[in-house]
Amino acid sequence: MNERRTETLVVTLVTFTNLFIAFFISGVVIWALGEDPWFALKTLLYGAFGYDEALGYTLYYTTNFIFTGLAFAIGFHCGLFNIGAEGQAYIGGLAVGLICLWLENWPLWLVFPLAVSASIIFGGIWGAIPGYLKGKRGSHEVVTTIMFNFIASVIMVDLLSHVLRPDGQMSPESRDFAERVWVPQMHEIFEWFGIQITQTPLNGTFFFALLCLILVWRFIWYTRWGYEIRTVGTNDTAAVYAGISVSRNIILAMALCGGLAGFVGINEIMGSSHRIMLNFQAGIGFTGIAVSLIGRNHPLGILLAALLFGILYQGGAELSFEVQAIDRHLVVLIQGLVILFAGALEHLFRPQIEQFVRIITNVEKTEQAVSPTVNN
Amino acid sequence: MTSLAIELTEINKNFGEVCANKNVSLKIESGTIHGIIGENGAGKSTLMSILYGFYQADSGEIAVKEKPTVIRSAHDAILAGIGMVHQHFMLIDTFTVLENVVLGTETGFSLKESMQASARELRRIEKDYHLEVDINAVINTLPVGLQQRVEILKALYRGAEILILDEPTGVLTPQEADHLFRILDELREQGKTVIFITHKLREIMAITDNVSVMRQGEMVAHRSTSQTNREELAELMVGRKVLLRVEKAPAKTGRMELKVEHLNVTDDSGVHRVKDVCFEVHSGEIVGIAGVSGNGQSELMDVITGIKPLQNGQIQINDETITPALSADAAAMRRFGMAHVPEDRQRRGLVTSFSANENIILGYHKDPAYNGFIEMDRNAIIQSCKKQMKHFDVRPGNPFLRTSLFSGGNQQKLVVARELERDPSLLVVGQPTRGVDIGAIEFIHRQIIAMRDAGKAVLLISVELDEILSLSDRILVMFDGQIMGEILAKDANEREIGLLMAGVRKEAA
Repeated sequence: MNERRTETLVVTLVTFTNLFIAFFISGVVIWALGEDPWFALKTLLYGAFGYDEALGYTLYYTTNFIFTGLAFAIGFHCGLFNIGAEGQAYIGGLAVGLICLWLENWPLWLVFPLAVSASIIFGGIWGAIPGYLKGKRGSHEVVTTIMFNFIASVIMVDLLSHVLRPDGQMSPESRDFAERVWVPQMHEIFEWFGIQITQTPLNGTFFFALLCLILVWRFIWYTRWGYEIRTVGTNDTAAVYAGISVSRNIILAMALCGGLAGFVGINEIMGSSHRIMLNFQAGIGFTGIAVSLIGRNHPLGILLAALLFGILYQGGAELSFEVQAIDRHLVVLIQGLVILFAGALEHLFRPQIEQFVRIITNVEKTEQAVSPTVNN
Repeated sequence: MTSLAIELTEINKNFGEVCANKNVSLKIESGTIHGIIGENGAGKSTLMSILYGFYQADSGEIAVKEKPTVIRSAHDAILAGIGMVHQHFMLIDTFTVLENVVLGTETGFSLKESMQASARELRRIEKDYHLEVDINAVINTLPVGLQQRVEILKALYRGAEILILDEPTGVLTPQEADHLFRILDELREQGKTVIFITHKLREIMAITDNVSVMRQGEMVAHRSTSQTNREELAELMVGRKVLLRVEKAPAKTGRMELKVEHLNVTDDSGVHRVKDVCFEVHSGEIVGIAGVSGNGQSELMDVITGIKPLQNGQIQINDETITPALSADAAAMRRFGMAHVPEDRQRRGLVTSFSANENIILGYHKDPAYNGFIEMDRNAIIQSCKKQMKHFDVRPGNPFLRTSLFSGGNQQKLVVARELERDPSLLVVGQPTRGVDIGAIEFIHRQIIAMRDAGKAVLLISVELDEILSLSDRILVMFDGQIMGEILAKDANEREIGLLMAGVRKEAA
């Protein structure tokens, strides 16, 4: 147990050190541009949390990142590197949209579960095909999922410009859904309790995302299937020995990844834009990879990392409004530095931090040995 | 009095909280073969790594040829005249013997020139020490025994006066080992000093002049080999009396549990690994398959246990005939009453990054006893893990501990516990005591015998001949994918089996 606590401490310190360095370097860049880094940081945080509208946007982005973060994490536990959340979200979103267009006279309490199921099926199939190619044919999932992103993109462009676009409309979008199948906005939900908040795209899907976090956590660590997926992911030789089918688990894990990514469509299409649009998922799938890696593929970590990226998205937008020298590109730079240090260079300072933790835990131990009566 | 080749004084080495060497002192006389014996994890390898410069001692002194010497790297060790032959050969498979020997000692600008000079020098060394190897042969075409000879040549080429051999016989047949011993004799006669590290008592008695025993990081005894015996050494190694021979009652065989007929296995690269193998295993007996590693035993075991598909031939387990469609399904084999202790526990038998309780259900995770309606029944799993750990004396008995933190012996006991607790009718065991300390070996052997006495059929595959001899009721010897012969254990002798292992049939011998 003690070993696990030390490991948790090391991981936490490593993550925070990496984030600190990423922000520090961002600060140096801002300073070099002739702006005050402190002011920039304050603007960023104010822009993300400072007023209820800002917080609404931050949590709205967070919701998306939770879904794609989880979509990456499940694959990762199965030893897969799923970079196809982008396409899976796109196709899943299509399913959500089709359900909303088709069943727009039905009540929400029926449409919502149907939309969820449809996005699981569409996104799931979009994940399961690369899963099948990997499990049965050995094609590398990084290559196939990225190809499936492009295929999804082409399909969507074609559908939106030819099939789903109403006659006489210029932009490649579907028509709006009937209002009764919209996921309630957060300000509406708060109104039911008599609380007034500013209207933002944040909607009820946020709660659904939190539920998904809990379900995935229980699934991975507490069910037979999660156990099989983790076994395949950590040691496929042992999985074969145990009679666990490696290919079946790869296919199913990829299908689950796709299903989770598809929920982006619930938040974006059913909860916010209320019509199927081009590129509604832009970048969310890829950011999910960083979210999951920084969150160490654990639902709690993913929640925190998704929040971090929500802050960077929303606060960054605010920052580029407020500060002259900082534009959109610098915000991308900050996000890039976070991914670089917390994702790619994750283990850069690990040896030093491990040593540091070893020293402090040793100090604790000797203190206990010297004065055993203190903490009885 | 002869001079000292190596003198170590009060060597200490800690890894974090683990004390690997504690006040170790050792004197090795020049021109002798000095054995260092101890269980896995006793600190032998650490001590030699300090001597060869892989690790730095925390404190203590090293003297080579009676001169205090500081060894910071393998390079320093080579300069001081120390050479090492590693347990796992440090050779580049696709290079020739000459290229491997020269590697790292090339001089001058033109490789060709230095190669020619090296070739002359190498031929001279080969002749001096009777270590003939074709210097232009590519390493992966040479048998293991010759590869080891190349390692020795490498050390001699670098001017080694003192040779360290780390578990050198692990991969050799008894005959190859005897050959190695003759080479070591020759080296001793030429005035070289040999340090011979092993955990096998037989080898210590066969070849060494002096022997030092290590236990739990400490040097517990020094003996002149002629004045000690196996029993005393074993007791010194373990710290208590051990039974070297396993006591067992005569076998009471019953019904047939496993029948293999005309089994052939061809691997992915098209090599015919198992050739027309037929045998049966009955309840109440242990059938041992002996052989040098790499002669088809692993492939045979993989097919029987449902890891690899059945291509050709027939397998019958209990009353079930294994068809190709049913094969390559380890879960099905378990349903038919087979338990499997795999050869490689680290890679196959365990997921070492999982906790002990997650490993105790590996392969049995669908058992209703471990499962609730949706989630697994954690409580039941942990209780079962605790029970099995207690039953099989796994230490520490902590079901939450990560499996990689258990010692080799305790990891193996965890695997054995999982497989034996299921009360299988057929047990297939591969290398049950590889890398396991003597105390655990004794325990695991007794468990296997107990299974047999309880009327189970046991198929034992091992490269340790001693293990095969002491456990089996019948012995099959495999060479080049074929069963060379079957011998009843009570009539078996090491020489006869050794010849079969080397591919020499009885009629020819």
